Amino acid sequence: MSLRNRLGSARGAFATRLAAVRGRDEVDAATWERLEEALILADVGVVPSAALLTLVRERAAVEGASDGDGVVEILKEEIVGRLDGADRTLSVAGAPSVWLFVGVNGVGKTTTIGKVGRRQVAQGRRVVFAAGDTYRAAAVDQLALWAERAGATVVRGAEGADPSSVVFDAVEHAAAQGVDLVLADTAGRVHTRRNLMDELAKVRRVAGKGAGTVTETLLVLDATTGQNGLVQARQFGEAADVTGLILTKMDGSARGGIVLAVEDELGIPVKFVGVGEGLDDLVPFEPGEFVDALFE
Amino acid sequence: MFESLTSRFEGILRNIRGKGRLGPEEVEEVLEEIRVALLEADVHLGVVRTLQDRIRERAVGEELAGVLNPGQQVVKIVLEELTGVLGGETMPITFASKPPTVVLLAGLQGSGKTTAAAKLARWFKAKGRNPLLVGADLARPAAVEQLRTLAGRIDVPVFSQPGDPVAVAAAGLVEARRLGRDVLICDTAGRLAIDDDLMAEIAEIAGALEPHYTFLVLDAMTGQDAVNVAEAFHERLELDAVVLTKLDGDARGGAAISVKEVVGRPIAFASTGEALEDLEPFHPDRLASRILGMGDVETLIEKAEETFEKEQAEAAAARMLEGTFTLDDFLEQLRQIRKMGPVGDVMKMVPGMGQQLKDVETDLDERRIDRIEGIIHSMTPVERADPDVIDGSRRARIAAGSGTQVNEVSQLVRQFREMRKLMKQMGGAGSKGRGRGSKRGQKAGRRGLGGRTTPRGSVKVPKKGLALPGLGGDDPWEGLGSGEPGGLGPSGPPPLV
Repeated sequence: MSLRNRLGSARGAFATRLAAVRGRDEVDAATWERLEEALILADVGVVPSAALLTLVRERAAVEGASDGDGVVEILKEEIVGRLDGADRTLSVAGAPSVWLFVGVNGVGKTTTIGKVGRRQVAQGRRVVFAAGDTYRAAAVDQLALWAERAGATVVRGAEGADPSSVVFDAVEHAAAQGVDLVLADTAGRVHTRRNLMDELAKVRRVAGKGAGTVTETLLVLDATTGQNGLVQARQFGEAADVTGLILTKMDGSARGGIVLAVEDELGIPVKFVGVGEGLDDLVPFEPGEFVDALFE
Repeated sequence: MFESLTSRFEGILRNIRGKGRLGPEEVEEVLEEIRVALLEADVHLGVVRTLQDRIRERAVGEELAGVLNPGQQVVKIVLEELTGVLGGETMPITFASKPPTVVLLAGLQGSGKTTAAAKLARWFKAKGRNPLLVGADLARPAAVEQLRTLAGRIDVPVFSQPGDPVAVAAAGLVEARRLGRDVLICDTAGRLAIDDDLMAEIAEIAGALEPHYTFLVLDAMTGQDAVNVAEAFHERLELDAVVLTKLDGDARGGAAISVKEVVGRPIAFASTGEALEDLEPFHPDRLASRILGMGDVETLIEKAEETFEKEQAEAAAARMLEGTFTLDDFLEQLRQIRKMGPVGDVMKMVPGMGQQLKDVETDLDERRIDRIEGIIHSMTPVERADPDVIDGSRRARIAAGSGTQVNEVSQLVRQFREMRKLMKQMGGAGSKGRGRGSKRGQKAGRRGLGGRTTPRGSVKVPKKGLALPGLGGDDPWEGLGSGEPGGLGPSGPPPLV
């Protein structure tokens, strides 16, 4: 099923504004204003929106795009062009590979691990979930339930245990059992908390110290996040060497425009998009599909 | 950001001084800067327009003659408009005449409802109430367990049962009455504003509970979607207010102003950290400056003052650790403390000090500080720099000059020397161990001291063992570190006061 269909009724504000532009026979100041509004409302950000539209204007002039449809197509191409070419695969290397999930509180890390785990199990991999969120009450129980649903096993530490050691133990356990993949949960943390970001950097280091290799550090980002998303990506990137982004809750707002800035400025590719609370509500990110879903 | 906004305004307004008032062109330029600032703070596009209109109306023709700094003047207008939208008052929470007072929490997934529920319970409990938490989030795995764990930490009962959330809410109300709990806080599952079934469900829950307060729990990091979310929930539930979460990050929280402008509901509480105590009634005026990137500091002038004093304090601390701390430094510290108000009150605001004072029954008598100041004032600069030169005849002179007794002078000198020695010893003690709880201490310190000493610098007020020479009871050194450096708290250099 395409991303567009998965987003269901979430499409709206953005597409509505574009529809008004598309119908127009001429391109005038109001056209550009509508386009800018549409981008800003999708959380693309005011400065990136302006920069994007400057390019679109130039191309429209050169290519002689004289109606709304033409301009919107150029805008789509520009956005897709920016997103194209990035490596969006999740990499594995030997056994076990470790994928670390990081992000601020409430973005959906634990749920995402359940969904990613499910996909990997379906592809025939043996998967262990490492319960590295030793801070949030009942986070381990939540992860264990997802493990059960996904067909993975969960390795947990004592409550309040050092997350690094929990993840390390899980990797060792996985290696001993011949497991292919360790999906490591971490506690949500606000990126301004120096000590917690240091803790995360340590988890990242320790996770690769034993038998396993950390091949992905995935930042989970809520699609309703505004301009702070860029700051989050930068800070988590510095602390834990983020290799990719998973955009969650796209079914709610169909925005997530902040990922344009994140990919553009930080070069961190979006790898998956979460579109619901079900086990299978996770789809690979594909730029054309994403832009279509936003625009149509 | 605030500085950059102000300086950008300055650039625009450079030529204004001659004219004396703002013309339409300057105002448009200023408004464009404001637009960018507000959009970067995630204020909704439509709300930005409304605000721009209002600012335009006020700013055009604004009298700037005789204004030293037109940029700041304009910032002031902007701040006042933002504050106007947010409202100046903290929302009062009243209690139902027929208990329980029912509070319903609703919001998107991951906005922080469960944590907010527990934090609210703690807040009500601290107000002397007896809350019951109702766990009606039956959708997210382990949500009820999370609520139970958090509630256990604050010793608040939880009611929940499997099945239907509406039935849980209704039964929770019966349970609250049966147990005689006077506040009921209902946690609910996260739901999308566009999910009709779940929105209908929360409306049913509201129907069963007839809440006195319906709060939308909103993530401070939310972007342009916040308005739609608030409108959708408001349409179904008639919100009373917003609980703004994750305000401890660096998100500027523009969503809050959008919600207030569009649905007309205030922010009742703000969550500023992960600990259960980190929930406060919201002060709307503080958010306006944050949205403009100013932080919570009231004025630039105060900030400058703070910086100046911080530098002074850090220099003094450095001297302390080198063992070259002088009586002049000490006198300056005393002055700074006294500027903040009665010494006893100030000391109580220092994190950990309130308890300390209660325990030790330290008598912080203003008059004793007067006497200490008198003694130091009667010393020569040489004596203040190096009290070791003070011999018997100097002591007699100082006592006579300050109207004190010779033994008071020698006591002060002895204690000061002792303190300096201890400081020097502690100069080597490193700082380590910042746990989850540490931010709270810093924050309390910042607030307690009015931001005037060292909000975050290398000098921190220790949690334990703070004493002023000559101010204690029989043994004023009792509190100071108990002789071992570790006693002065885990976080760095020694006290200044």
